[in-house]
Amino acid sequence: MDVLVPLPVVIPLIAAAALTAAGQFLGRRFDDTVGIGTAAATAVVSTMLVVRSLDHDLVYWFGGWTPRHGIALGIAFDVEPLGAALAAFAGVVTTASFVFAWRYFDEVGTLFHVLMLIFLGAMSGFALSGDLFNMFVFFELMSVCAFALVAYQVEAAAPLQGAINFAVTNTIGALLVLTGIGLVYGRTGALNLAQIGRALEGQKPDGLVLVAFALLLCGFLVKAGAVPFHFWLSDAYAAAPVPVCVLLSAIMSDLGLHALARIYWPAFSGTLGGSAGSLRALLVGLGVLTALVGAAMAFLQRDLKRLLAFVTISHVGVFLAAIGLLTPRGLAGSTLYVITDGLVKAALFLAVGILIHRAGSGDELRLRGLGGRAPVASIVLFAGGLLVAGLPPLGSFVGWTLVVRSSVDVGYGWLPPVLALAAAVTGGTLLRAAARIVLGWGDEEDPLLSHEPPAEEEEPQVPKSRLSPPLLFGPALALIVAAIGVGFTPGLGDRATRWAERLEDRPAHAAEVLAGKLPPALPPAPVHPGVAPYVYSLASLAGAVAFALFGLYRRRLPHLVRAWAGRVLEPPVTVLKALHSGVVGDYVAWLTFGVAALGGLVALLGR
Amino acid sequence: MSRGLRLGLFAVSAAGLTALLLWGVAGLPDFGHYRGPYGFVLNASAPGERHVTNVVAAVVFDYRGFDTLGEEFILFASVMGVALLLRDVRDDPGRRDDAMRSDAVRMVGLGFAAVLLVTGLYVVAHGYLTPGGGFQGGVVVASAFILVYLAGEYRAYRRLTPTAAVDVFEGSGAGGYAVIGVVSLLLGSAFLHNFGPLGTSGTLASGGSIAFLNVASALEVSAAFMLLFTEFLEELSALRPEARS
Amino acid sequence: MSYLPYALAVWIFVVGLYGVVTSRNLIHLAVCLSVMQSSTYVLLLSIGYLNGATAPIFADVPKGTRAVDPVVQALALTDVVVSVTVLALLLALAIQVQKRTETLDPDELRAMRG
Repeated sequence: MDVLVPLPVVIPLIAAAALTAAGQFLGRRFDDTVGIGTAAATAVVSTMLVVRSLDHDLVYWFGGWTPRHGIALGIAFDVEPLGAALAAFAGVVTTASFVFAWRYFDEVGTLFHVLMLIFLGAMSGFALSGDLFNMFVFFELMSVCAFALVAYQVEAAAPLQGAINFAVTNTIGALLVLTGIGLVYGRTGALNLAQIGRALEGQKPDGLVLVAFALLLCGFLVKAGAVPFHFWLSDAYAAAPVPVCVLLSAIMSDLGLHALARIYWPAFSGTLGGSAGSLRALLVGLGVLTALVGAAMAFLQRDLKRLLAFVTISHVGVFLAAIGLLTPRGLAGSTLYVITDGLVKAALFLAVGILIHRAGSGDELRLRGLGGRAPVASIVLFAGGLLVAGLPPLGSFVGWTLVVRSSVDVGYGWLPPVLALAAAVTGGTLLRAAARIVLGWGDEEDPLLSHEPPAEEEEPQVPKSRLSPPLLFGPALALIVAAIGVGFTPGLGDRATRWAERLEDRPAHAAEVLAGKLPPALPPAPVHPGVAPYVYSLASLAGAVAFALFGLYRRRLPHLVRAWAGRVLEPPVTVLKALHSGVVGDYVAWLTFGVAALGGLVALLGR
Repeated sequence: MSRGLRLGLFAVSAAGLTALLLWGVAGLPDFGHYRGPYGFVLNASAPGERHVTNVVAAVVFDYRGFDTLGEEFILFASVMGVALLLRDVRDDPGRRDDAMRSDAVRMVGLGFAAVLLVTGLYVVAHGYLTPGGGFQGGVVVASAFILVYLAGEYRAYRRLTPTAAVDVFEGSGAGGYAVIGVVSLLLGSAFLHNFGPLGTSGTLASGGSIAFLNVASALEVSAAFMLLFTEFLEELSALRPEARS
Repeated sequence: MSYLPYALAVWIFVVGLYGVVTSRNLIHLAVCLSVMQSSTYVLLLSIGYLNGATAPIFADVPKGTRAVDPVVQALALTDVVVSVTVLALLLALAIQVQKRTETLDPDELRAMRG
């Protein structure tokens, strides 16, 4: 067993424990350095795990408890390239966040670093684990760290409210997961995913299996932020300090979706595989709904952090739709999309942080024309907007190609245009914000956009030089460059598809985990992108520009058009905004509705 | 959304959810007819392989010890989180006037605090032999200190639990658990592989590293609860001015 | 009859959920969340029960005696720790909310909207 496997979890945890003891005596720069060093080391180790797992999974049994007669006695980590890549990505984003926090926070105690490091360890564990209850433990560890970090600014009421909404909804999500785990355990007597898959193999799914799957699905979707479980996300992101938002947006939400793939393929595909068509419709439909609602709400925001939160939700919808296609290409495309898109989102959040630091506000309208104070942030905003809208062949185009191809393969040809529309709206919103902030286009006031964010912004720094300190803008620039560059890795799409196929091959996967039989190495499957992905991408780019201009200059439209649009669009917009009330009771009511509805739909799968 | 609408939405959804959950649990084996292999295999092999008589402790600290590492750090993170959230209040314990006035309560209470402490340590030490363990015993130990506050006064409690020292205990408990796992790595086996003499079943000297992990978790849990209690008690002087002298 | 413990777990879950949705006090809300969590304890422990079996502790009974499932007990232990931690964080948040806004009513917290 490879000794590197437990390290992405163990290194940050031990560093966090050591930091609590030593940190208060050794001062803030020591904490910062340890944080950066540990996160970077974890990223390096996780990358090495990606490389080592290219040909076959790395299966690691904790405590040395290898399975006997196909029964798993201990906890296994099942390292495959997609999961390890997400763990490495978590390390990279955490490092960037620490570097940014060096300058961003004027004053911060050791607790921030400790919680961030534990958060990193939990995310790595969650991405690599092959045991259902172990996944739950890391899920909760991630959540607990996140609750505390979101409420970091305790002086204002809004962060507290965001943290409460976050804590209550995510805890209920965790309880749903736990109930699902209980049901599965009661039926199969196992917690190891591969063993569960073997136990459930070939049986027609009955009430217990369907309900357990529905509960696990809903629990992970709460974490991911899919509609109607998404309400907490916008509150929490708007409340949390920027370095924390970076982590939440770029990686935490997406891990919920990766977990879905992790439990579906090894454990449930044997029994639910017969209804794959209906399950596909369910997941894709949910993904599309989330993508569109997120995009629409993003367009209606003026607080940049809340805007980015809704962009994140929209992207979660896209990833969910891609994974929901239930094909290797869909899963591979989704993971690549997560990483490239995550880099862009992280960079955008850091850019917003720079603007808050330099210009004193995170509100798009208040920042109008002030982009000159933070030139690097302005560049990142524009680049990010373009990448989100779709700029072939840069950035997430590799993932997009796989998703388009996969949609066509399973007969969902209507999906790429719809997802392109969502990308157009979100990209357009970002371009609108960039244009207004940097170029000063558009109006000073816009009643369509939502309320002002809480006024507790930081005092603007008196700029000593035109350029922000390098530690402040460096991470954002590096991330956006990485986002552009990842797309150029040769053969990435083909290889990713092969790795996804390995995950989805349930019998071979179970044999490897439980009996150590290595699967044969397969050559990469070539993907010829064809014309379609380019067409959709360019269309969404054009659409984004159109939406941006609409957002900036809609007052200049002819009066009749505006009146008609107002009559048609105003009721849905009002309802949509009213639903996002900020009241936790409403959110939990919607959560209950979502679980009941999704559960009912999953139950129909068994017919 | 008005409360009425919310209640309506919830009523409909809860009905659906209840039906769904009842349908799901109907598929479980009858109560009392546990079938699964996991528990039977562990009950059969744990006493022989690890020389411990409390199989639950063997599961918690050995077979599924990695889960317990995560759980330790959940507790650790939450204590850090509470400290972060309540960090704007620093009280002065010397200024409180909340000493227990009744001598009878003081004597009996403080006497019991000593008994509780010993009981807690006993539960921790025998965790892998009889019901108990690091978590259970750790909470009892913490409550012994809390009893000092209840039956005595806040000042005495704070003197017994200086935050710096308790912080160190907590950090070493959580970090110690992880470090013990690393020791296994350094010895060439898997993370958290049992090492150390397995000893004789039924005596305190058994179980190998289960004993060490037991102590580490007890340290962490008792320190964590003491810190949590201190954090919340500090708030009392801010919220209730009459608690000050 | 034999499904009663499981149905009980479902009932506790839904009742707690009702409490969370209709709560007018953050402390009450945190406790309702704890109630929901205890439904998972009941579910897990009922799953592991074996008729006529003793606890999985072989200090005074011979090894090989019929014993209930130790794994769910370990899972429930972890579950208890998790719920304590969440409760602590929620109570700390409630204290801060009371200090900042003079109210503990979740319906009154409307800083985030739209």
